[in-house]
Amino acid sequence: MRHIISVILENEAGALSRVAGLFTQRGFNIESLTVAITNDPSLSRMTIVSSGSDRVLEQIVKQLNKLIEVVKVSDLTSQDHVERELLLAKISSNSKEGVNIKELVEIFGCKVVDVTDKVYTIEVSGKTKKINAFLDAFDPASIIEVSRTGVTGISRGKKLI
Amino acid sequence: MKLNGAEILIDCLQKEEVEHVFGYPGGAVLHIYDALEAQDKITHILVRHEQGAAHGADGYARTNGKPGVVLVTSGPGITNAVTGIATAHMDSIPMVIISGQVPSPLIGMDAFQEVDATGITRSCVKHNFLIRDISEIAMTVKKAFHIATTGRPGPVVIDIPKDITIAKMEVEEYPATIEMRSYKPTIKASDRQIKKAAEMLANSKRPILYAGGGCIIGNASNELREFTRMVGFPITQTLMGLGTYPMTDKQSLGMLGMHGTYEANMAMHGSDCVVAIGSRFDDRITGNLEKFCPTAKFIHIDIDPSQISKNVVADIPIVGQTKQVLQALIDQMKDKKLEDISNWWSQIEEWRKVDSLAYKKSPGVIKPQTVIEMLYEVTKGKAIVTSDVGQHQMWAAQYYLFDEPRQWINSGGLGTMGFGLPAAMGAKLAMPDRDVACVTGDGSIQMMLQELSTMLQYSTPVKVINLNNGYLGMVRQWQEFFYEKRYAMSYMDALPDFVKLAESYGHIGIRVEKEEDLKPALIEAFNQKDRTVFLDIITDPSENVFPMIPAGGGHSDMLLAGRDEMVSKDETDFNAV
Repeated sequence: MRHIISVILENEAGALSRVAGLFTQRGFNIESLTVAITNDPSLSRMTIVSSGSDRVLEQIVKQLNKLIEVVKVSDLTSQDHVERELLLAKISSNSKEGVNIKELVEIFGCKVVDVTDKVYTIEVSGKTKKINAFLDAFDPASIIEVSRTGVTGISRGKKLI
Repeated sequence: MKLNGAEILIDCLQKEEVEHVFGYPGGAVLHIYDALEAQDKITHILVRHEQGAAHGADGYARTNGKPGVVLVTSGPGITNAVTGIATAHMDSIPMVIISGQVPSPLIGMDAFQEVDATGITRSCVKHNFLIRDISEIAMTVKKAFHIATTGRPGPVVIDIPKDITIAKMEVEEYPATIEMRSYKPTIKASDRQIKKAAEMLANSKRPILYAGGGCIIGNASNELREFTRMVGFPITQTLMGLGTYPMTDKQSLGMLGMHGTYEANMAMHGSDCVVAIGSRFDDRITGNLEKFCPTAKFIHIDIDPSQISKNVVADIPIVGQTKQVLQALIDQMKDKKLEDISNWWSQIEEWRKVDSLAYKKSPGVIKPQTVIEMLYEVTKGKAIVTSDVGQHQMWAAQYYLFDEPRQWINSGGLGTMGFGLPAAMGAKLAMPDRDVACVTGDGSIQMMLQELSTMLQYSTPVKVINLNNGYLGMVRQWQEFFYEKRYAMSYMDALPDFVKLAESYGHIGIRVEKEEDLKPALIEAFNQKDRTVFLDIITDPSENVFPMIPAGGGHSDMLLAGRDEMVSKDETDFNAV
């Protein structure tokens, strides 16, 4: 099962490599990982998407908690949460889908952020599924390059992780 | 007063009451050595190889419970120490390792003797630090000792660039305590879990206690003894736990696992309630997990939550210090009425009669088991025994009946050949009044031989019991059983003359080839109070370690000595007892 794990950790050099190293060392898989500073500059927040059985997930959470720099770990998927991913995609404009691009941009509620004579650069945000669906809507040959941020998430309402 | 970084570092170590530092100098740590030389509170032990420094500090820590301290230079200094650090990490030994680093401006430039010490050690330490500013030294040392010694202990590396040891600053007060928001190891277990466990224990008909290294590291032996005697349950101990409960006691079933006793393994197999206390269901304990304890419920007590339900799902997990949890269980169960387990004990006594550690002597050769039995006799069971890794380690574990915690010092988790000799040196430094024996083999001893030189320099008299069979015995045993006797590279040709070797290092060497010479030689060795004596004992090369659970087997699938067939007692109807 897919899990979104949110980790609050000390904003210190080496903390990221400890987390990444833990996943390879113990054979846990990472689908995506994002990390950035929080509103408290001494803390970073990391969002990891991983998959595995409940037992594997239990180990991931426990092993993350064991890292000295980790302050808090939470499995967002087990609670009410909001998740988002951002995609930047370059789509070739000289294919027969030229009209289509604008239509799809409208349907998916995304933005064209840059246009050249041959390339549209499009920004899409949403759940991973929406981003996959957006990409699936194009002929693969017209997709020149994509850059995805990976998932970030937060719990809903007053609850903090 | 202004001090340089090196002086501040040494001052911090003094504040932490460090008495011994095991180390080896080099370019990046010369300022630290300069500061070390200028004081006399800390004694430095100059090893001959950095791995020896790590094992020495480790043996010291295992013996007296204080954190071991290591000081090595950058590059090869720290890489040589890595095996020793990993050894300590696997067995949860508190250690602080200080490694020099190239000057800060050179980091990342592939400078002379530069390695990424924090990167290399990351996966085999509890934590590590790279100091970036002189002002961080005191707080980092404080944190390092705090992390190394609390919760589940482990090694902590402090990497310190040379320029930081040279820089000067006004000294600040060394922090008396430390508070870390991201590190608060659970200490007190939940009362609710204790109550549930007490209830399950009181109602079990075939209980067994399975105690591990966590009882020794957690200094819980007194509570464990009181609890075990109060409930009257059988108790088995892991390789790491030996001595936490007296092995000569009638409730003790000896060691369990791959080379455990018949009664210990059969009792695990037949139990309805297994209480794991400071043990982690290692694969050498469980054998095939699918066949492991088929009728048992599990109570798992450990200070490290990640150990619980890692290999075996716990029915009642209890996270806490073994000492505190056992005390709580004693209080909880004092007045509880327990099930009558006399039938269970009768069954166990039947298994005991199998006498699984019996072995046949053959004329003209010395059996390795006899050596350990005689070592036990001559030292009256009171010596601190360290070991290397292999057959001799298992024989020492099986035949030397440890009655006290911290008496048996071995590398159980990582299984590091070469551990025994430097660990014995560390043990002797920690307990100068105790007899220390290092049980080793002709393979293992050659991995850290050079420390014989250190042992002369610092007068740490140890008795080396070399079970010399000319083979890497455990490898040979597996090849005999599972590789149709194809002995690939397990034969040690061209062994040195260990007697002359010991003598050339300034010690006493004695070769023993006949059984009748064994006891006098051992007595002579232990009479030489102030000398290291190397006993090179020529033992039966064909001897194997029994009982043995072959790979893929469960606890009831044991090979016993002198029997061709595997003994399987799966048909025992446990519900009947």
